[in-house]
Amino acid sequence: MTADTHTRSLPGWLIALKNIVVFLMRSPTSLFGLAVLAILVLTAVFAPLIATHDPYVQALGNVLQPPGNGHLFGTDELGRDIFSRLVYGARITLTIIFLVSIVVGPIGLVIGTSAGYLGGKFDTVMMRITDIFLSFPSLILSLAFVAALGPSLNNAIIAIALTSWPPIARLARAEAMTFRKADYIAAARLQGASTSRIIVKSIMPMCLPSVLIRLTLNMATVILTAAGLGFLGLGAQPPMPEWGAMIATGRRYMLDSWWLVTFPGVSILSVSLAFNLLGDGLRDALDPKQMNRR
Amino acid sequence: MLFRRLRVAGFAGQLGSIAITLLGLLMLTFFIGRLMPVDPVRAMVGEDATRETYEQVYASLGLDRPLYEQFVYYLGDVLTGDFGTSIRTGQPVIQDILHVMPATIELATFAIIIGALLGVSMGVLAAVNKDRWPDHLVRVFSLFGHSMPIFWTGMIALIVFYAHLGLVGGSGRMDQFYIGLVEDRTGFLLIDSLMAGEMDVFWSALNHLILPAALLGYSSSAYITRMTRSFMLDQLGQEYVTTARVKGLSQRQTIWLHAFGNIRVQLVTIIALAYGSLLEGAVLIETVFAWPGFGQYLTSNLIIGDMNAVMTCVLIVGVIFIGLNLLSDILYRIFDPRTR
Amino acid sequence: MEKTILDVQNLRIRYGGSTTEAVRGVSFTLGRERLGIVGESGSGKSTVGRALLRLLPGATITADMLRFDEVDLLSLSEKEMLKVRGRRMSMILQDPKFSLNPIRRVGDQVAETYLRHFKCSRREAHEKAVAMLEAVKIRDAERVFKQYPHEISGGMGQRVMIAMMLLADPDLVIADEPTSALDVTVRLQVLTILDSLVRDRGIGLIMISHDLNLVRNFCDRVLIMYAGKVVETLKAVELDQARHPYTQGLLAAQPRIGGTRQPLAVLDRRPEWLEENA
Repeated sequence: MTADTHTRSLPGWLIALKNIVVFLMRSPTSLFGLAVLAILVLTAVFAPLIATHDPYVQALGNVLQPPGNGHLFGTDELGRDIFSRLVYGARITLTIIFLVSIVVGPIGLVIGTSAGYLGGKFDTVMMRITDIFLSFPSLILSLAFVAALGPSLNNAIIAIALTSWPPIARLARAEAMTFRKADYIAAARLQGASTSRIIVKSIMPMCLPSVLIRLTLNMATVILTAAGLGFLGLGAQPPMPEWGAMIATGRRYMLDSWWLVTFPGVSILSVSLAFNLLGDGLRDALDPKQMNRR
Repeated sequence: MLFRRLRVAGFAGQLGSIAITLLGLLMLTFFIGRLMPVDPVRAMVGEDATRETYEQVYASLGLDRPLYEQFVYYLGDVLTGDFGTSIRTGQPVIQDILHVMPATIELATFAIIIGALLGVSMGVLAAVNKDRWPDHLVRVFSLFGHSMPIFWTGMIALIVFYAHLGLVGGSGRMDQFYIGLVEDRTGFLLIDSLMAGEMDVFWSALNHLILPAALLGYSSSAYITRMTRSFMLDQLGQEYVTTARVKGLSQRQTIWLHAFGNIRVQLVTIIALAYGSLLEGAVLIETVFAWPGFGQYLTSNLIIGDMNAVMTCVLIVGVIFIGLNLLSDILYRIFDPRTR
Repeated sequence: MEKTILDVQNLRIRYGGSTTEAVRGVSFTLGRERLGIVGESGSGKSTVGRALLRLLPGATITADMLRFDEVDLLSLSEKEMLKVRGRRMSMILQDPKFSLNPIRRVGDQVAETYLRHFKCSRREAHEKAVAMLEAVKIRDAERVFKQYPHEISGGMGQRVMIAMMLLADPDLVIADEPTSALDVTVRLQVLTILDSLVRDRGIGLIMISHDLNLVRNFCDRVLIMYAGKVVETLKAVELDQARHPYTQGLLAAQPRIGGTRQPLAVLDRRPEWLEENA
């Protein structure tokens, strides 16, 4: 296959995505965001190679050691290597992001596009439900769900997913409503395509890019909420090296052993900042008013 | 006249939709409450109660009825102001919550003042210098505040400003020494201490308040900054701004005397919304600073699994959110001459 | 020959980031007269007006000369420029719907001009503003003073605008399409008010417009602009004797009552006009 046909076979939105990435590379802040996320992914994938110690092995003779002496970021109250725990913690963070995305994306997309395309009573009811969900700050509602389901990492992920679909559904609905009246939809209907077929085959693909971007924008909030749940003891449970939980246990020793809370916090901050900077860049890239200037 | 009537109709419709949302809110908290793994009967009667007692209590709580019937009872209770009793204190939950609320409102109000001042001034600065270095600097600074895990920043700030520099008070609302000195009248410590004329307590309270409030305010300022910037940019593109410049007003005068007035209403709206989101950060920061407020009440009850307390807290947050939305809408109607 | 109040030589304006100039070497002088600048949209006529007030953020302005009375507009600091704007040179903008601040009373907006430039009490500024509103033939000026922009009509709004811009008694007023946003019925009325005030007070007027007939009736001289250049300068009464093909084309494209019933001529634009100098 020649390069030419290859380019032509790319769907339009993929080309748009490529343009967006090129645009992002030009802004230093977005580039920083991309770089941090790349590091996060690489760390998670190659965690066993990068980690210097086993993240779970305790060394009670070697507790609360300051950074240095073979422990890059020191050791915690059970003598575990903090650097290695952070490296493995990247896997947990990535798992949370991945699972929340694959739950929230489809739910938001299906509810939003069907509400937007069908309109009428179904739309009113669905939007009323999203209204109810949106009348809580996401952490508070997640707290309530975790409280109901019992504290664990999986339940935290479920709770976060349950609370983050409404904004996605709102967006997909708004998009679907603009496509609803398009001629090609009318054409599909004239050909006798069923409603569900139109939604799945014609509306959803059109809404997909903006939903994906919105998901990226939400990730910073997801990470902070997950870390907050971990900190309150409602997310990942010990001895899992989840960053928020690490801060919670390190809290008791923070006045004498600053490294216990500092490094996990810096990790959370970097990743959520990376998503925010990237999101900000995306917003610029997609704002038509901004695209006009050269 | 017609317009006025339409507007009243719109307002009534809005109240109607709020009522529906509130009902939904109650359904949601009721549903979550039923998911609870904690057995409320077991929690009440204790582990070694007889089967008979257990069933008696089970029936007295209405748990043997169908779910929708239970919901109607729940609804009735809530409407008469009965949110159940706390397992821990044995007092009505709503009474406990009202008791801790002032501490949180004091914190959140201080925080929103800081956040609004910071956010609005940075947003204007960024808009005026669009695409120049102050704009980029503001963007990074405010995103930084938005990205920090506030419970962690709180700890670091405690280590630095309290433990090492000794600039501010540490945990709690005041120094240990002063606890119980001031009579609890309004629940707002700053006001109570002023009313009692205890200036030492007042300064101690302020000293303890400033750090968590500043952190909360900083984290909420990102949203305010971004919105202020975009509102301001809209206004700066308007012709009346040119008119003001043609009249001989400086850029600064044009911004504050003309453009700012036009974004004031929008700003009030988003600041009201930001105030609601502060509650989220408050839950975490109260835990870190041992602040005896709503957030700490919620988290401590979460851990012991007190369903009534948790669900009432969640319900209250939802009601506050809806209330703030309504409030910002009303303010909009009052402040904008075009809607008069 | 009366005194020249504005001398513009080889004015060039380039917007930030753009590679081509929006205005490419415009020269003209102005006495206490009424000068019309005519051209299509995009010809740079409004840009010239705003450049004189130095109100083009991000644009680069160069000129061999840009003299207003005795001051050099190019070398003036922004602070000194604040004393020129509104006080000595002002501008009437196109659409009062957008050019008045929607949330301030129109009277306060008028009085603001006076307060900016003269040391006086609010009361005095108020009286001056009311007097000026009466001068632009607004009946019941005290009542209008207290109204908000959305409560008054377009014609009234533009009269408020004129009052605002003439209140500090400037030497030069630029009117940027002052009537094109108004109903046809009130255009003439507003223009007559503007015209009589400008004549009575001996104010220099630059009328920027795309409307040849309007300029012909209300101006002494006319500048025809095309693509950032002046292609021809004419006395208004001699407009029919225009020599440049572009001006002739503009004139031919005008519909006329009682004219022939043939289709109107389509405007001809030739690339060589971009290069020549008037």
